[in-house]
Amino acid sequence: MLRDRMGKRVWLLLILPGALFVAVFMLIPLFSIVISTFFPENTFTLNNYGKLLESVYFQQVFGRSVRLSLLSTLLCALLGFPCAYYISRYSRHKGVMMALAVFPLFTSPVIRSFSWMVILGRKGIVNQFLVNVGLFSRPQSLLYNEFSMTVGFVQLFLPQMILSLLGVMDSIPEDLTEAAGSLGAPKLTAFLRIVFPLSVSGLVTGAVLVFTGCMTAYTTPQLLGATDTQVLSTMVYQYAMSLRDWVQASAVAMVMIVVTMLVSGVFNHLSKKINPLAT
Amino acid sequence: MKGKHHIALGLITFLVYVFLIGPLVIIMAASFGEQNALVFPSQGFTFKWYAQVFQMSSFIKAALLSIEIAFAATAIALLLGVPAAYAINRYSFPGKGFVKTLFLSPVLIPCIVLGFIMLRYVVSQWNLSVIPSLLIGHTLLSIPYVMRVVTSSLANFDFAMEEAAGSLGAPKGYAFFHIVLPNIKSGIASACVMAVINSFNNVSLSTFLTAPGVNMLPIEIMGYVEYHFDPTIAALATVMMLVTLGVMLLIEKTLGLQTVV
Repeated sequence: MLRDRMGKRVWLLLILPGALFVAVFMLIPLFSIVISTFFPENTFTLNNYGKLLESVYFQQVFGRSVRLSLLSTLLCALLGFPCAYYISRYSRHKGVMMALAVFPLFTSPVIRSFSWMVILGRKGIVNQFLVNVGLFSRPQSLLYNEFSMTVGFVQLFLPQMILSLLGVMDSIPEDLTEAAGSLGAPKLTAFLRIVFPLSVSGLVTGAVLVFTGCMTAYTTPQLLGATDTQVLSTMVYQYAMSLRDWVQASAVAMVMIVVTMLVSGVFNHLSKKINPLAT
Repeated sequence: MKGKHHIALGLITFLVYVFLIGPLVIIMAASFGEQNALVFPSQGFTFKWYAQVFQMSSFIKAALLSIEIAFAATAIALLLGVPAAYAINRYSFPGKGFVKTLFLSPVLIPCIVLGFIMLRYVVSQWNLSVIPSLLIGHTLLSIPYVMRVVTSSLANFDFAMEEAAGSLGAPKGYAFFHIVLPNIKSGIASACVMAVINSFNNVSLSTFLTAPGVNMLPIEIMGYVEYHFDPTIAALATVMMLVTLGVMLLIEKTLGLQTVV
């Protein structure tokens, strides 16, 4: 009895420091920023968002962010799925393959973006190759455009796609495909009817990670993009630090929060619902 | 199916891994080139860029600051997060789900937005200097890792053991430090590893909080490569990647890489 009565106060003491820390340094600032965009001069207005959404520049930046994120997500899925399937079903060195996927994940995004500056630059290996095979007579500009940004995004987030796919594929019992095979189903049918449907939840989880990652990444667009290929994250930075336009920066930041939360909320819910193996 | 081959899939996997790892290998190779411009394939073999890296005081200073902030922030996150994770698993109280979400919430906010709101509503309003701001920001980054990993390792812990210690006369604190903590120490270790690496590599939060002269390593590198294109950065990157490999080997030997990711 004594312990129970003590316990009632102990839990509060244990969570209070951390809860206060997050509340003071993140939640209150977050609420302040929401309020500041709707009440810039103590009266409610949607002007800040109206101005932002009407601006052609913002529309371009928003469109580019969504477009590049979708494209990168698609590419990660197309490249990651066969990889994860191979590692899960055929590879004899699964541990090594996983470690090789984790290594870039642990390496600084600055270094990974920088490596593309070396490879895609005018004196880089790709340009040398293109000129040597006679495709171009002189080195092409492969950097600081949407192409280099997409390459950077895909390399940045592909490991997460592979790892989330591996997570679900490893949980698919091999007996299932073997049973299908012994009952006469061709390999492709077994794959399409068994492995693929059971992997979709991992695909969705991975896609959410890649998409929200691309929508919010800052280093890669900053290093591999240019001033005419801004995305939402570089726009927040530019408005806040170069133009000192706090209000517009806050509005762009809010757009980022809403989009990423909406996408991850909806799709993570979906992925839980469609996984037949989930308990 | 194990042990069988699938040539087409194997080839795709190989090419994807070349795309993932190749650029990093190229950086390593280019760091030994003798030319002043960063090119690949490079000519000659020299260690001079490595000597150069260790002579650049701005990089050394930034690296030390990055390491200090990463470890200090993780330590603070442990002090704040472990007791909360313990309370969530041990006691029943109203709003438990909300408390857990609160501790996980920093990971839901894009880092670049977190940096911006911290700059606007914490740093400039309270006139914080660079170091405390970085410490607070990076602690926010680390708290979700601690909460996620420690609650899941406590979920596998049998609290009857702690109660048994209590009924045998062990004081409450003694039972926590000698029974609970040793049982979740691998969870705590993997939370620390992830939090430290994440903090060390972070750019988008720190970029709002650093100032000229007081910089974190990734941001110092970003500033450098905007104006210089020589193998010094390749050498620095190689050193950082070797450290990463060392850390991964250490994790594999102690916790197992699969438990961390």
